[in-house]
Amino acid sequence: MKKFFAQCYIWLLLIVLYAPIVFIAVFSFTESKVLGNWTGFSTKLYENLFTGNMQGTGSLMTAIQNTVIIALIAACVSTILGTVAAIGIHNMRGKAKQAISLLNNIPMLNPDIITGVSLFLLFVFLHISQGYVTVVLAHITFCTPYVVLSVLPRLTQMNPNIYEAALDLGATPFVALRKVLLPMLKPGMISGFILAFTMSLDDFAVTFFTRGTIGLDTLSTYIYTDARKGGLTPELRPMITIMFVGILILLITINLRKIRNSKTDRE
Amino acid sequence: MSKRSTWALPYAIFLVLFVALPLILIMVYAFQDGAGNFTFGNFAKFFRDTDAINTFALSLEVAIENTALCILLGYPAAWILANKKLNKSAVTIVLFIMPMWINALMRTLATAELFHMLGIQLGKGTLIVGMVYDYLPFMIYPIYNILDRMDKSYAEAAADLGATPWQVFWKVQVPLSMPGVISGVMMVFMPTVSTFAISEFLTNNKIKLFGTIIQENINSSMWNYGAALSLVMLVIIGITSLLQDNKKEVSGGIV
Repeated sequence: MKKFFAQCYIWLLLIVLYAPIVFIAVFSFTESKVLGNWTGFSTKLYENLFTGNMQGTGSLMTAIQNTVIIALIAACVSTILGTVAAIGIHNMRGKAKQAISLLNNIPMLNPDIITGVSLFLLFVFLHISQGYVTVVLAHITFCTPYVVLSVLPRLTQMNPNIYEAALDLGATPFVALRKVLLPMLKPGMISGFILAFTMSLDDFAVTFFTRGTIGLDTLSTYIYTDARKGGLTPELRPMITIMFVGILILLITINLRKIRNSKTDRE
Repeated sequence: MSKRSTWALPYAIFLVLFVALPLILIMVYAFQDGAGNFTFGNFAKFFRDTDAINTFALSLEVAIENTALCILLGYPAAWILANKKLNKSAVTIVLFIMPMWINALMRTLATAELFHMLGIQLGKGTLIVGMVYDYLPFMIYPIYNILDRMDKSYAEAAADLGATPWQVFWKVQVPLSMPGVISGVMMVFMPTVSTFAISEFLTNNKIKLFGTIIQENINSSMWNYGAALSLVMLVIIGITSLLQDNKKEVSGGIV
């Protein structure tokens, strides 16, 4: 009985939570310009999205491209910068270590709007004209701390003797780094990369303040301007649906595999 | 191995340039007038600007209400999810975590459109409900995490010593899960108090929150006043994060 009520509560909450997205997904299969007005089943919006045959498409397609490219560059750079930094921080002691860890925590604790405003003021102060480069730099700023925090635990868990052994057995520091250290850090680097990538994809406020006035749009800023103009571009509905289904499949497969692995470990 | 510590140098320089210096600049700009002279004028302006003060109070109110509702709805959900007797399915856990991975603006827009279609007038009510929609997963996840890892023998020991299930819950499980609740509060309260686009979507620009005022000032080149308002927000954030001190270990590990 208790279990029944518990399950009811969970599923009720889930249904309410997912109602908006399901609603968008349902209405992505009709042609109507106005949301909530069903004019028969159609996949036209999907075709439009993929062929780019719609009004103002150029800008939606460019916004999607910008979002992905910025996220990729930011995630790659922060993974490299963050991993190198984590190795350095791991070997530091005392005050310097505390100071750098504190600075590393600030972008994660700061609300987006503060990060955005402060970087905006930095670029104004340095007279750097804002655009693509400043957005990428800003994204690297708030992504790298997550990489550092994903890689550091791997370093603390690692047995330092393995690295020393490689050196004793004649490996040069570079070979030891590539063959011993990096493989052990890889899981941390991968989860850091994924975190950085999704943080960058999701970002709105920081991009908003650092993109300048050259008309650079990412998906978030595109949606923002679009919604403020009044009508939501109908092609955003299939867009949202595709992203939603993609993430759902990805997360469920990752988690089911994790659970299956932990079960086989136990047996 | 010790000279490896120099590897942190590039990142240290990066942090000083892109994290420390920008924050110092907020302070510098906040205490300057347009011509670059030192002044308290921006703060005086804020305290005399009833509009800004009211918005500030409203933002705090909305953030507190949202956080309270998220705890109220999220704690039982997290508790059920972590309880093996009540919930065996891993899929429900994934379903609760997933919204965290979807662009917040998209989710908010979808919520606003749903309200719109149901004929619900956009206003303060929809603002709060919409925010609970957006932030509930961020409350459930840290609480679930700590409840899931909690050593079950504490609850068993309390029961063996004669505590009723209700007492076990309030005297053992709730106090032990407080670090999770605190992380949840951090993950919900701070973004709500500082949001700007979300409130505009959910109220059709009818209600402004503090973030919107900062954004409007920065965008209309009132940098000094905007910086002063940001500093006010930073103080609020600073006060909230004192709650957390070093109980940070729950937050990691989303991937």
